[in-house]
Amino acid sequence: MGTAHLASVLDTPTRVELFRRMLRIRRIEEEIARRYADQQMRCPVHLSIGQEAAAVGACAALRASDSIVTTHRCHAHYLAKGGDLRAMIAELHGKTTGCAGGRGGSMHLFDPAAGVLASVPIVGGNVPLAVGAALAARQRRRPDVTVAFFGDGALEEGVVHESFNFAGCHRLPVVFVLENNLYSVYTPLDRRQPDRPITAFARAHGFAADQVDGNDVLAVRDATTRAVAAARRGEGPTLLVLDTYRFLEHCGPADDDQLRYRPVGELARWKERCPIDAFRAALVAGAELDETVEATFEQSIADEIADAFAAALAAPAPAPETAKDGVHA
Amino acid sequence: MPDAARSLAPRILSAADAIREATAAAMDRDDRVFVMGEGATDPKGIFGTTSGLVERFGPERVMEMPVAENGWTGIAIGAALMGQRPILVHQRVEFCLLAMEQLVNNAAKIHYVSGGRHRAPLVVRLVVGRGWGQGPAHSQSLEALFAHVPGLKVVMPSSAADAKGLLLGAIEDDGPVVVLEHRWVHYATGHVDPAPVAMALDGPRRVRAGDDVTVVATSYMTLEAIQAADALAAAGCGVDLFDLRVLRPLNTDAIVQSVRRTGRLVTIDTGHASFGIGAEVVARVVGEAFGSLRAAPQRIGLPEHPTPSARSLAEAYYPRSPGIARTIAALVDLPPTRTTDVCDALGRERDAVPLDIPHPSFKGPF
Repeated sequence: MGTAHLASVLDTPTRVELFRRMLRIRRIEEEIARRYADQQMRCPVHLSIGQEAAAVGACAALRASDSIVTTHRCHAHYLAKGGDLRAMIAELHGKTTGCAGGRGGSMHLFDPAAGVLASVPIVGGNVPLAVGAALAARQRRRPDVTVAFFGDGALEEGVVHESFNFAGCHRLPVVFVLENNLYSVYTPLDRRQPDRPITAFARAHGFAADQVDGNDVLAVRDATTRAVAAARRGEGPTLLVLDTYRFLEHCGPADDDQLRYRPVGELARWKERCPIDAFRAALVAGAELDETVEATFEQSIADEIADAFAAALAAPAPAPETAKDGVHA
Repeated sequence: MPDAARSLAPRILSAADAIREATAAAMDRDDRVFVMGEGATDPKGIFGTTSGLVERFGPERVMEMPVAENGWTGIAIGAALMGQRPILVHQRVEFCLLAMEQLVNNAAKIHYVSGGRHRAPLVVRLVVGRGWGQGPAHSQSLEALFAHVPGLKVVMPSSAADAKGLLLGAIEDDGPVVVLEHRWVHYATGHVDPAPVAMALDGPRRVRAGDDVTVVATSYMTLEAIQAADALAAAGCGVDLFDLRVLRPLNTDAIVQSVRRTGRLVTIDTGHASFGIGAEVVARVVGEAFGSLRAAPQRIGLPEHPTPSARSLAEAYYPRSPGIARTIAALVDLPPTRTTDVCDALGRERDAVPLDIPHPSFKGPF
C-alpha cells in the first residue's frame, strides 16, 4: 500500500468534507446546548465540543460495514459514523422516533445501519463489546474492523485491560481510540494516574500504539487509517492515544471554568487549538475553502438541525403502557 | 429408532453428561454457538460438561478464556450483538460476580434499551458448589441476585432431562439466560431423550402430587424435597411438590392453583431464605390466594451467615430431607404420631452418610 490513503495527500474535496463534518457536529451540539434550558431534552447530555477532530478523523478511516462502540460522550462519534441525526435528536427528547424509542436517552445512542453498535455509559464498559464484535468478525470470516472509543478515565477500569489482554492474545481486528481530555469529570489525570506513557499499555499487551494530536483531524485520520489497515490484515489491535480537550462541563450545556478545577488559562490555551478553527485556517490559507463555501455549509447544517428539532418536538412521546414491552427478545 | 422403541429403552445419563450432550448438539446444528470458559478445554472440562468438545469443534468454538470474567462477558455480549450465540461457563457462581457489571448493565438491558432492535443471545452457565469444606466463596447459590434483574432469564435444573432440555431452551432463547447448575445435581442420573429437544423456559413442574400441602423447591433442594415427600406419603401426608425450574420469568399459576386446594405452602431455596426465591413465591401466592391459606407459609433455605468450611460448622447449614419433612409435618393438620416415625427414620438414614458429600440416593435415576 502506498501513501495515497493518507490524509496528508488527500484531495481538497475530501479535506473540506472533513471540515464540514466537524462543523456539523459542533453546530448540532451548540444547538443542543442552546435549547437545553427549554427543558424539552430531559436527560443528561455530555457534549463533545472541542473533541470533534477525534471522532471525525477516526470515523473517516472506517467503512460503512465497520462498527464503533462508544461511551456516555457519544454524540460526535455517532454523528461522525453516520448515525441518523433525526433519531438522535428525537432520542434526546424522549420520543418514539428516537433511535432507542426514548428508552436510552443521550447516553445510549446507536444506529446499527450506520455501524454505531452501541453507546455504554459505564466507563470502560463499552470496550469489551468492541472486542466481542471483532471476535465475531473473525469467527464469521468478515473483513470488518471495530473501533472502541473511550477516555482517559477508562484506563483506570480493569475491564479495559482485560479487553486489551484478550484482543492482544487473539490479534483481533479492533482499534482502541483513547481520547485523553485530561479530566475525569472534575479530577485531572495527574491525580488519578501515575506519570507514564499511556501507549505503554499497548506494548504491555502485545500490540501497537500511536499517539497523535487529537485536535488535528488529518493526523487522527492518518493514524486510524494505519491502525485499521493493520487490523484488517490480521495484525491485531492498535491503541491510538489522541490528546484533546473538553471545552464545556462534563455533563450539561455550560462553560464551567468558574469552578476552577482547571488551571487558570488552560481552557483558553486549548481553545486556541480548536480543531475546527485550526483546520479552517489551514484550508483557507491553502485556498481550499472560502467564506462562500462555508456559508453554504452553515446554511445546510442549520436547515438540517432545524428540521431534526422540529421533527423531534412534533413526534409523539411513547405511551406509558409500552414501558413494560420488550424486556425479553 | 421409532419413538415407541426409544421410549421403551430408557437411556440413563448423569446431568453433567446431559449438559455436554446438549452443548454438542447445539454446536452441531448452529455454527454460531460457541463456548467460552476458564477451563473449558482443560483436562477436567468443567466437571466433564465440556470434555471432548474442543477436540470435536476446535479451539475457535470452544475457547479457553483468560481469567478476566467481566472482560470476556462483555466480549460475549459484543459477539452476540453481531449474531453469535456464546455459551459462557463459570466453574463457580462466585466468579460471575466479577461479571455482574456487564451482565446487568449490558446483557440484560440492551434489547430493551434499543427499543427491541438489539439481541444478546447468550447463555451463562454457573456451577453452585457444595461440600468438602469449599467454604464461603465457593459454595454460594446466588440465584436471587440474577433473578432480581429484569431482562435476564434464570433457570435451575434438578434432573438430567431438564439439564439437557432447559440448556437447549436457553441456547435457543434470543436473550441472556443464566443457568445455575448445582454441583450435586451434576451427579443426578435419569432418562435423557437422545434427541436435542429444547424445553420451553416457561414454568415449574409437578414432581409429586398430593392434597395436603404445596411445596416449591429449586435445584438440588428438589431432590431433598422428593425424599421428604415420599417419606410423608408413606405416613398419609400428600405433598404437592413443584420443581420451580424457571425462576425468571416466574410462572406461579400452577403453584397458586395448588395452594387454593391445599391451603398450605412451603418453599425451599437452594440459596438464602431471606430475600430469596421462596420469598417471591410466597409473596405471589399470598397476593393471589390469600383467602385460601389455612396457615402461614413457611420458607426453608440457607441461614443468615456465609457458608463455613469446617464440617462441624457446616453441619446445620444445609436443609436436609428430615428437617424439611418435619417442617411440612408441623404445617399440616396431621397428628404428630403419624409423621414422627417417618421423619426420624429419614433422619437416621441421612445421619449414616457424611453431610459433606452427595447422598448416594440422590444419584437416581429419578
